[in-house]
Amino acid sequence: MTAATDIAESKYEILPKTSPGGEIEGDLLEVAMGPQHPSTHGVFRMDVALDGERVVKLKPVFGYLHRNHEKIAENATYLGSMPYTDRLDYFCSLTNNWAYALAVEKLGGLQAPERAEYIRVITAELTRLQNHTCLIGFLLQDMGASGTPLMYAFREREKILDLFESLTGARMMCNYMRFGGCRCDLPPGWLEQAKQVVDNYPRFLDEFDRFLSGNEILLARTQGVGVLPRELAINAGITGPMLRASGVNYDIRKVDKYGIYDRFQFRVPLGEHGDTYDRYMIRLLEMRESLNILQIALRDIPSGPIMDAKAKIRGFRPKPGEAYGRIEAPKGELGFYLISDGGPNPYRYRVRPPSLINLTVLEDMCLGHIVADVVVILGSVDIVLGEVDR
Amino acid sequence: MLGEGIIKGLAETARNFVGSYVDKERLVTVQYPEERLPAKEAARNFPFLVFDGHDPHAGLRCVACQICEKECPPQCIYIEKSMDKKPDYVGKPQFYPKIFDIDISVCMSCQICVEVCPFEAIKMDTEFELSHTDRFAGLLFDKHQLAKSNEYYQKIHPNEAAEVDGHLAAEKAKAEVKAKADADAKARIAAAKTTTPPAAKPTPAPTS
Repeated sequence: MTAATDIAESKYEILPKTSPGGEIEGDLLEVAMGPQHPSTHGVFRMDVALDGERVVKLKPVFGYLHRNHEKIAENATYLGSMPYTDRLDYFCSLTNNWAYALAVEKLGGLQAPERAEYIRVITAELTRLQNHTCLIGFLLQDMGASGTPLMYAFREREKILDLFESLTGARMMCNYMRFGGCRCDLPPGWLEQAKQVVDNYPRFLDEFDRFLSGNEILLARTQGVGVLPRELAINAGITGPMLRASGVNYDIRKVDKYGIYDRFQFRVPLGEHGDTYDRYMIRLLEMRESLNILQIALRDIPSGPIMDAKAKIRGFRPKPGEAYGRIEAPKGELGFYLISDGGPNPYRYRVRPPSLINLTVLEDMCLGHIVADVVVILGSVDIVLGEVDR
Repeated sequence: MLGEGIIKGLAETARNFVGSYVDKERLVTVQYPEERLPAKEAARNFPFLVFDGHDPHAGLRCVACQICEKECPPQCIYIEKSMDKKPDYVGKPQFYPKIFDIDISVCMSCQICVEVCPFEAIKMDTEFELSHTDRFAGLLFDKHQLAKSNEYYQKIHPNEAAEVDGHLAAEKAKAEVKAKADADAKARIAAAKTTTPPAAKPTPAPTS
């Protein structure tokens, strides 16, 4: 009997373990990683049971950052919840805005004009770029490459955040999209600046690729670590880059074709092994596809209005009904489910957060690996606690 | 080769280190308190109240309609309406806020108050150095701290302010034309009154 099957059998029980000789009994060591642990990306706790350095059990504990987002939204107006969506996944406020706006637009029968749709695609793809860039920085930081890759990633991200600031007024809490369009038009010179950022981005990606993708330490730490099998990924409802790293071709931009994504030619990168290296590589490749989408969108953006003429800012009361709006957020499927009873605030407001659902398979990925790998595997899941706990 | 990655990485670090002395692209940070980046036009952080002219009380555009108080998602605005009225920019008598408080420790800079304000009275400031030793009273801004002149608004958001000014001027012009038309109509009626009964009332006061 191998060590791996031993571990698999003791998956759900923490029992004193006899040594191979049988005479000395040793206990499993229980470690609470977090909630104040630098590798847990926020206030998140993992109760890990260790046999030596091997993980035999892992229990994710969340809820430390719960701040009642859904209930607050049920008591606020539809518009009043928009700034709160920024604070779900605070790296990607613009995609959160879009998902929420999409759900409310379905509910209220609004349609964003052409130019607004282009602006949404541009901002969403820029968000995806900066999210993945950061993720790679954090992942390397988790592996012990302290500082440098993260700082390089942040240097590039700052250029995108500058674009966000000059468009929306805030770097992270953008609060930019509205039901039936966008809040304000692009400022003069913004498109040129965005084009410049997009044109220079491949240089940075090449640099990252050159230094990291073939690096022997990165290969040793990620290949074969935290394998997520295809079947498990599908059964657990995993979405986003994690699912695609396990080889499932599922991208909501292709499946739903929400917004105007049917107009863009882009490929969906797929992994083969579902390990941490594949998840890292998927993000790099997705950034290159995002750049292609951005090139086309920045070239084709038409002029015109940015708000649906029917949309009004105050006193918005959709007809009774329900709607589910979902988009491919950088972390996976982000959905908003709303029920309206005809009043000024939603009767039910539910967020389907990709981070939380992608976390549910953490134990399956970590069993049998050492503690240091748990940190890397968690890093490759790409969570933001604002979204996990809501 | 073992260790090749380390050498490659160190070479890149050295390239960036030396490059930061020559190339502007590689020197991305600024030394903050001494050096500052120029503020962006769209930048926002906390709201302020705009007043026209030089008197913060007489020129205050806010008419205490309390829409922003109702719409504010974190409920950080507190308004009390005045008992009396004062003329607004077109000369129409309007209420004004007796108390207008914004708790900026609660405010989340979402700009919804600015969007819902029908009177262009509340706008977003770009001032961010607001740290204070008193976290309660020091972060509760009253009407006098919030009131800032239209010139200041034009300085921080030039394009937006120009648009707002044009819009307000158009409204004022419209109001003036209407007032003039009203006055003319009144005068005509008064004149008609004076002409039709010639002897009955020698000097009828043009009352409305």
